Amino acid sequence: MRIIVPLQGIVQGRGGLILGSLIPCALLYFFQFYLKRNRSSPPPDSPSASTANLPELTGIPRNSSRTSLPTRGSIRPAPVSSRATAIARASDSAYYTGWKKWLEDPYHPTSNPDGIIQLGLSENHLSLDLIEEWLAANLQKSLLGEKRGDLSICGLATYEPLGGLMDLKMVMAGFMSKIMRGSVSFNPAQIILTAGATPAIEALSFCLADPGNAFLVPSPYYPGFDRDIKLRTGIELIPVHCRSSNNFSLSIAALEREYKQAKKRGIKVRAVLLSNPSNPVGNILHRETLYDLLSFVTDKNLHLISDEVYAGSTYGTEEFVSIAELLDTGVFDNSRVHIIYGLSKDLSLPGFRVGAIYSYNENVIAAASKLTRFSSISLPTQHLLVSMLSDTKFVEEYLKVNRERLAQMHALFVEGLKQLGVECFKSSGGFYCWVDMSKFLKSYSVKGELELWENILNVAKVVLTPGASCHCIEPGWFRCCFTTVTERDVPLVMNRISKVLKDHKATH
Amino acid sequence: MARGIGLEAPLSKMANSNAHGEESPYFAGWKAYNENPYDPKENPTGVIQMGLAENQVSFDLLENYLEEHPEAYNWGSGPSSFRENALFQDYHGLQTFRKAMASFMEKIRSGRAKFDPDRIVLTAGATATNELLTFILADPGDALLVPTPYYPGFDRDLRWRTGVSIIPIPCHSSNSFQLTLQSLETAFANAEALNLKVKALLITNPSNPLGISSPRSLLEDILNFINTKKIHLISDEIYSGSVFSSNDFVSVAEIVEDRIHINSKQVHIVYSLSKDLGLPGFRVGALYSYNDKVVKTARRMSSFSRVSSQTQKMLSFMLSDEEFTLKYIKTNRKRLKERHSRIVDELRNSGIDCLKGNAGLFCWVNLGEFLEQKSTEGELKLWKVIVDEVKLNISPGSSCHCSEAGWFRVCFANMSQETLEVALRRLREFAEKIRATKKIS
Repeated sequence: MRIIVPLQGIVQGRGGLILGSLIPCALLYFFQFYLKRNRSSPPPDSPSASTANLPELTGIPRNSSRTSLPTRGSIRPAPVSSRATAIARASDSAYYTGWKKWLEDPYHPTSNPDGIIQLGLSENHLSLDLIEEWLAANLQKSLLGEKRGDLSICGLATYEPLGGLMDLKMVMAGFMSKIMRGSVSFNPAQIILTAGATPAIEALSFCLADPGNAFLVPSPYYPGFDRDIKLRTGIELIPVHCRSSNNFSLSIAALEREYKQAKKRGIKVRAVLLSNPSNPVGNILHRETLYDLLSFVTDKNLHLISDEVYAGSTYGTEEFVSIAELLDTGVFDNSRVHIIYGLSKDLSLPGFRVGAIYSYNENVIAAASKLTRFSSISLPTQHLLVSMLSDTKFVEEYLKVNRERLAQMHALFVEGLKQLGVECFKSSGGFYCWVDMSKFLKSYSVKGELELWENILNVAKVVLTPGASCHCIEPGWFRCCFTTVTERDVPLVMNRISKVLKDHKATH
Repeated sequence: MARGIGLEAPLSKMANSNAHGEESPYFAGWKAYNENPYDPKENPTGVIQMGLAENQVSFDLLENYLEEHPEAYNWGSGPSSFRENALFQDYHGLQTFRKAMASFMEKIRSGRAKFDPDRIVLTAGATATNELLTFILADPGDALLVPTPYYPGFDRDLRWRTGVSIIPIPCHSSNSFQLTLQSLETAFANAEALNLKVKALLITNPSNPLGISSPRSLLEDILNFINTKKIHLISDEIYSGSVFSSNDFVSVAEIVEDRIHINSKQVHIVYSLSKDLGLPGFRVGALYSYNDKVVKTARRMSSFSRVSSQTQKMLSFMLSDEEFTLKYIKTNRKRLKERHSRIVDELRNSGIDCLKGNAGLFCWVNLGEFLEQKSTEGELKLWKVIVDEVKLNISPGSSCHCSEAGWFRVCFANMSQETLEVALRRLREFAEKIRATKKIS
């Protein structure tokens, strides 16, 4: 127990030492003691059932601050951490609300044609058949080996090397290189494998910044970054707003501005984080912009995290340029550059949990490798993927056909939305149409945007992602995933959305 | 354009810290093994790995099962089956799998406890579960009480990213390294005196490295203690299936439901399939909590550590097979018991003492008589000799934070019977050699 000295006001000049300080102190001391003794008394109506258990508890020395043992439920349990309290308390964002509603009433063309159509989840359903075909022909061999001896689960089941099997790293390096159309080669030794891109980003963040530091993130950005980075690392995300007037392209001037602002506020910026191709906008960074970006981070001595999970899902006329390509030139120090990759998007296998950090920095590789034990890829899955990705013919065919199908669906959506008077941003990669519905808002504000979003969810029964969830500074933009429905469903989607848009237009 | 010549963007404090504890001899011994691994034909003089607590004694049961049931790892002929599985990334985990896990955990406890599948949160291993729980129960700067000796990995799992510290509760050979209420009280009081906020007590039951399970009376004392002190209890029960006789094991789950004065919201159990099912590579762990807030939060945090849907499906099939799981659990126990008896007998013949264990994949062995000095330095010196000359990688007690020098953890389940015999022979020869040398000197 600490003796809390009463406030100055009591002590100062009133009653001298004894009356002014000692007596008030003593009174306060005894008051605290009294409170502490009595705080632990159970409420008067606590059930007496607990006393039946007392005989078993006689071995416990009585603690002076407890007069009797509490009964379950009558007293609050030991607290959890403040982090956990915040998470438990956090109301679900629109991002998750839409998902939950859809789970309860999911659309199906035959069994539930009036159900909710999910266009808010970034999953690619367009090319799973290709993978299914491959599995049908190859599964047994890939998973368990051909001979009885190879059936040995020993290979499957023992502890894996840190950061994943070397075989898988090698085929991942090859896969990534194929995706970049051979313009850059990746070194397997620089790959760290994790159970999805989500832990990859978190682990990398833990390595690059301390709690209270910040990353600059061009916005609108992937809503999941808020969770991936802020939940446990204590790192702040500072959005660097991109605008439609500038085609949502990254402005180095805006980066500079936010960097300076952060500095003024005493916040240490440690990295720039971006996704390329961008989620949600779908644009691809030009070579020149990447160059300028590298100059910026070099000048400020920051890290650069390039989340390239959609690199293989491009469909426009623009060619994707990985940040890795610019490092090949040798102009920039590559130890500050880190790439995030994974198979959830490009290979449509989010359930299998396969992600990667690609870094040029040996210390990051060493530290991040140690972190993979908290999120390792299941060995049977690793073996399956080694087999699948070693089949170069399959990989090439898959990437080609997938891109074609993405282009096709994207075009259908763009055309369909155009008919409704909705303009899509001209995107080149990813799974989304980034659409401008601002003219349908009842009020040009976040409130107006969420109102429209809710109507589209509840009336049209279509889940979109509101731009506010992506930290877009201009209200009225929505992210609309086009890879979770079939061609046949497109007219239905457009029809449903049109009804809500008509209502909103009418009241304008 | 500045080139930032010579300037390297700094890394975080965490990346630069040693809190991962991987400099310890526990991990160094693995290196020695990796560089010169024993193989009966290719490398008969290589290092035998006895520092890895892995269970390989019952693989054949799993292999046979999978061979007889290819539908376990196929996706079946249904058109949506693979698709659904490939896309499944719900952090609740497959319901069928959680049900199967709950059922497996109940069987291990011979039905003496019930587990609600909705209270199971899946993670990619107990390593992840322990870290997750620490993030949830403690803030940076807080502390966890952990009895010693303890699993060396806890230094990393509980402290590294979480910023939480460990307060060891020393246990002694004088009472078979049993945790006592007295030592708990003392450790707690010491923590308070140092102004350290204790948030939880973590026990491993059965214990790694001791290989003993906690008696019911101790668990009752512990539950009352945490109830009184208003701290959480984490009961790491990953070795629960390796107790040689099922009746010897008491889980906190068995006690918590009966004792209504205990606030069960403070009790959390860690489980995994790495030890009991011998599948560490599958990366399957679980958190079982009686606290809704913890379950909810853990689920959200499990996004960082999910189990492959392919693996969930495979194991859900296997673990839902009642006949197979009962047979597996029984046979596995029996084989572990036989191995354990073998190693204890051989060690006794070599005049070497072990702690009387009733569980686990290892023995807690007393090599104190071979120390030149009874200190950590002496222990590490002996350990080096055993690794470099006897060519056995065993784990020194100091890496487990044991308060007494000379104790070593010796694993016996991660190798074939033949290899175990070779290892035991080497140990016997070493013991004889040292004793002979001592006699001469």
